[in-house]
Amino acid sequence: MIFELLARRPQSVGELAAELPVSRPAVSQHLRVLKDARLVVDRPVGTRRVYQLNPEGVAALRAYLDTIWDHALTAFQKAVEAAPFEEETDD
Amino acid sequence: MTEQITVPTVQRSVTVAAPVAKAFQVFTRSFTTWWPADYHIGEAEYAEAVMEGRTGGRWYERGVDGSECDWGRVLTWDPPNRVVLAWHINGEWQFDPDPARASEVEVTFTAEDDGRTRVDLEHRLFERHGEQAESVMKSVSEGGGWGDILQRYADAVSAS
Repeated sequence: MIFELLARRPQSVGELAAELPVSRPAVSQHLRVLKDARLVVDRPVGTRRVYQLNPEGVAALRAYLDTIWDHALTAFQKAVEAAPFEEETDD
Repeated sequence: MTEQITVPTVQRSVTVAAPVAKAFQVFTRSFTTWWPADYHIGEAEYAEAVMEGRTGGRWYERGVDGSECDWGRVLTWDPPNRVVLAWHINGEWQFDPDPARASEVEVTFTAEDDGRTRVDLEHRLFERHGEQAESVMKSVSEGGGWGDILQRYADAVSAS
């Protein structure tokens, strides 16, 4: 869930905790795990730390494939509805 | 403490005006007719993509010069309701034969009451690509790669 919220926009611990039914320490702990796995990165903004998805990590690959499947399935839908269809036989 | 890291799956659904058997056939046997031709990894100019209709089958592209470049494998072949594919394309956009470093794409075809078919796609287990994925954005951000491909694709779509 934290991952998905960060996919929308970079956020601080406090902002994330406000959107989730868990405590702020729980959010921090989860963020630490994500950071250790290099799925997210953080940077200081004033007195806060703002977290975002790691643009060089597996998260980026996922984001690319999300876009690719979106395009591909849209094209698939058009192809199916335009294609002639004959029941296949196994002869 | 240890905690299992999982990257959220990609889930996409589309409902098509066709019976289940036709939807499955077009998705698999007629893959080339709809897959955006820009999304390919072979060095040769892309000609077609093939999904072999059997469990354990290959999923690959063929170039205009006849050369072949693997994309993955068919893990489950259950026509006309389900196909599961292994995505073996690594962070350097090359085929990696190791199943432990492949993500999975499951596609199910479900009949709706009105004769249409709901197609649900889930691409999961991205974490298996691990650090291999990290070079993707480096190559893309330096120009070329799929960033440009996607942009050209978007331009073509908006111009058509």
